[in-house]
Amino acid sequence: MRLRLFPTTFDTQLVSRWRVSVNGEAVHPNLTDGCAVPEGVWSGDGPTEMLEIVAEGDVERSDDAGVVRGLKERTPTELFLRPTDLTTTNEAIRGLAEGARRPDRLDTLHTLAAAVRDAVDYRPETTDMATSAAEALAQKAGVCQDHAHVFCAAARHLGLPARYVAGYYLPGEDAGLSQTHGWAEGYAEGLGWVGFDVANRTCPTRDHVRVAIGLDASRAALISGAVAAPATGSSEERMTASVAISSQQQQ
Amino acid sequence: MLSRTAANLYWMSRYVERADATARLLTMGARMTMLPGAAARGDWQSVLQAAAAGMPEGDVIGRREAIRHLLLDGEGGSIRACLIRARANGRAERTALTSQMWEALNDDWRHLDTVTEAEASQHLPAYIDWAHRRAATFRGATETTMLRDDRYDFVRLGGQLERAAMTLRLLEVKYLALLPERDVIGGARDLYQWTALLLAASALRAYHHVYRGDYAPWNVADLLVLNREFPRSAAFCIERVRGALGRLEDRYGQRHACHDQVEALNARLAGVTMEQVFADGLHEFVTATLSEVLSLHATIGEAYDF
Amino acid sequence: MFDEMTVGGQVRPPYAPVAAWLDETGLPLLDLRAKEAEALFRRVGITFAVYGEGGDPERLIPFDLVPRVIGAAEWAQLAAGIEQRARALNAFLYDVYHRREILRAGRVPSRLVTSNPAFLPEMIGFDPPGRVYSHVVGIDLVRTAEDHFAVLEDNCRTPSGVSYMLENREIMMRLFPDLFAEGRVRPVDGYPNDLRRTLEEVAPPACRQDPEVAVLTPGPFNSAYYEHSYLADLMGAALVEARDLFVRDGRVWRRTTRGPRVVDVIYRRIDDDFLDPLVFRPDSMLGVPGLMNAYLSGGVTICSAPGAGVADDKAIYTYVPEMIDFYLGEKPILANVPTWKCSDPDDLAHVLAHLPELVVKEVDGSGGYGMLVGPRATKQEVDAYRKRVEADPEGFIAQPTLDLSTAPTLVGGEIEGRHVDLRPYCLVGKEIRLTPGGLTRVALRKGSLVVNSSQGGGVKDTWVLSEDAR
Repeated sequence: MRLRLFPTTFDTQLVSRWRVSVNGEAVHPNLTDGCAVPEGVWSGDGPTEMLEIVAEGDVERSDDAGVVRGLKERTPTELFLRPTDLTTTNEAIRGLAEGARRPDRLDTLHTLAAAVRDAVDYRPETTDMATSAAEALAQKAGVCQDHAHVFCAAARHLGLPARYVAGYYLPGEDAGLSQTHGWAEGYAEGLGWVGFDVANRTCPTRDHVRVAIGLDASRAALISGAVAAPATGSSEERMTASVAISSQQQQ
Repeated sequence: MLSRTAANLYWMSRYVERADATARLLTMGARMTMLPGAAARGDWQSVLQAAAAGMPEGDVIGRREAIRHLLLDGEGGSIRACLIRARANGRAERTALTSQMWEALNDDWRHLDTVTEAEASQHLPAYIDWAHRRAATFRGATETTMLRDDRYDFVRLGGQLERAAMTLRLLEVKYLALLPERDVIGGARDLYQWTALLLAASALRAYHHVYRGDYAPWNVADLLVLNREFPRSAAFCIERVRGALGRLEDRYGQRHACHDQVEALNARLAGVTMEQVFADGLHEFVTATLSEVLSLHATIGEAYDF
Repeated sequence: MFDEMTVGGQVRPPYAPVAAWLDETGLPLLDLRAKEAEALFRRVGITFAVYGEGGDPERLIPFDLVPRVIGAAEWAQLAAGIEQRARALNAFLYDVYHRREILRAGRVPSRLVTSNPAFLPEMIGFDPPGRVYSHVVGIDLVRTAEDHFAVLEDNCRTPSGVSYMLENREIMMRLFPDLFAEGRVRPVDGYPNDLRRTLEEVAPPACRQDPEVAVLTPGPFNSAYYEHSYLADLMGAALVEARDLFVRDGRVWRRTTRGPRVVDVIYRRIDDDFLDPLVFRPDSMLGVPGLMNAYLSGGVTICSAPGAGVADDKAIYTYVPEMIDFYLGEKPILANVPTWKCSDPDDLAHVLAHLPELVVKEVDGSGGYGMLVGPRATKQEVDAYRKRVEADPEGFIAQPTLDLSTAPTLVGGEIEGRHVDLRPYCLVGKEIRLTPGGLTRVALRKGSLVVNSSQGGGVKDTWVLSEDAR
């Protein structure tokens, strides 16, 4: 199992304590990729009924208007112009993108984020992990992953590097429980990578914890695993996830 | 040796044995249906059960259906399917086989592809002979050309385990078929059944040689389960499995759970008489032994990681 | 048209022994020997499968008895050029996954690399052992004149065919021992040992003893399975499929009947996409879960390195002379074939205007599939291809139809000239090792320029002479 559940520290995100375990066994990252995302692996012995993956720790976020600075990345930004299966453009996406084109790049990205959200209604369970940007736009509905995919596909069409971010989000003061969250980052020359939480019509705030990034959601997956099927009988997989975040005011 | 290689060799040999045993079951079925009372007994049903060939529930099984399921089908437990699988396993490990072994699997392997049920029914003995010859040629090639290294041990393991399982399954099924009512034991009807059973195990001559006199259920059972000289008896096969596992233990310097298990099973089969078995219930004994053999198959797989 | 054996009615010096042998032996005996050779090949089991053609899945590749000969001085020049190219390609790969100097300098368009599907983001910043990415570089060469060889394409991933190079020689030595009696033909049988040493030299940091090498094959149904098992046997390495391997504690293990055994170096003959389902193809059950993590954290070496394919793309090919200049500061010893890039509007216009004269290829194609040989195509074929190029110019390059050299070949009981190419195999570890010669492929159909085995090509034994006759 490949785990990319390790948020990293950058200028406006300080990770002071973080621990990941699988069935109580600690997993430490053993490498960091070219986008500064750490990963670790865990493998099990023999048949397993259930895996419990726990990631917990303290992260201190400060306001940055979504601008991510201070990451030690080695990946060229232009890599994020590359389309993937989930972010292939079609006429509709290109049309959406062209409508958002502005003289200023940052302006373009903001306009695009709003346009994507207007075009794709937030409706849970209308799409799944394998829904592409084009499909989500065609049915005018989706979830945060689909918003981010449409945003990435359109931005790339305009020649602006864009990527998918997987992380955590604390939706409100009292909300204790949510799913993991996905948003996008676009690259604005001179400013750097800027986050756009398209689904929530905002740039990432102090309530967003940035964990992993990739060309699309499948490549930014926090957890990916393979199950060896037993020689006889069948195997089934089911995954449930819950995220509990509590916010602490700084003293 | 890669575990995958071991698994392929093991299964290759199992499938050859299964094809051979299935051919004998066909002979048994063909003979029983020629005997009085065949229609009421549902002989082909029990034959298919013994072959573990899988059959459609509730279907009427006649000679044609049996020939299809046991001889001609491209899938399931038919002779053709077994030989195709044996060849596929062998093909994956061609470098581990001698050329004679490979030829024994490869020559004429499409022989049954175009045979119709009508043709097969008309010339059934010839097709059964053909299947026996394929198995015999393969065994002969293995015995005379294969290096006695760990590969050979896995070939032996698969073959002997399959033989033990097939004999026990035959006994399990026929025993049930024999005892619909307690009171007919020893009656005339049993005679046909027990003869057919011996026929299915190629044990008719051996029976006379060992026990002389009349057919008796406990003697038939003794020959098929406990006899240490008859090469299809469960005890004989388990003794050979024990030998092969023992050689692997010596070679690798590693002892696994399957070693203890085969010792225990071997001791159990050696330490019991047919009187005791019948006193405790033959069916229970056969069922327990069969499930022990199947479990041994699993622990061997665990030990050698396949 | 240049013939390798005869120029202006005169036999060229390197071919003198072969010409004499052909005269002495006579055609009927040669024909008989050809049949013996075929029987030998079949017995050994060297077969290959042809995709999408049905029929016998275990087919023989046709073997031609008449050797192709390269003189000592000719080879010295070729060898220097091949090694130079192998060095430059590896330097390029290291660069594009690190500082990207050649892209920043504008010598190679950055887009060609970064948007190339063979360029793997996972490899950015990673240092493979010895900084080697392509451990077996296969360079396809053609000859157009006595003094002119040109590179048709580079193969940086897993070039196949080396087993034919070895077996062709074995069969020739067996059938015609007298031919080799003079001892002037340089042997090729050191290749498996050289390959093993090359692989051992790039053992991963985690390897503490003698490196354990394994050959990773897709399995018996792959067309090159014979080659995989043959090389594994000759190297004394394990032949494994992905399901034989697993990752534990940062290292790779193979399942054996004696328990898990560590694997240090994997000579893989499967594509990048099927290495690790956790990274490349989540939908695929193929591959070894966790393999990339083990590789990137120094627990195992994968040869060739994932992502090495970005250097043998046909669009990148046109820039290899730039690489040689940029990284080595040398002049290219081997020329490229002039190439038009359909991504360039001017080039595209030229290509579309001259389609019937050109050879057009897909930039990521291989095996001779999906190409247009203009002069041999019908008008309908040309028109259909034109539509494909217009729809996706970036996907195509074009080259002039080359006047490939011919070599004497036994066809239908006669000796006739047939077009040939040459694929040498260059090994790159701590040092560079090059087996003299390589695989000569021959287009058996008269006039045909397509030498791929999948398209009716055959093979020849390839001789490099140890010294030239004076």
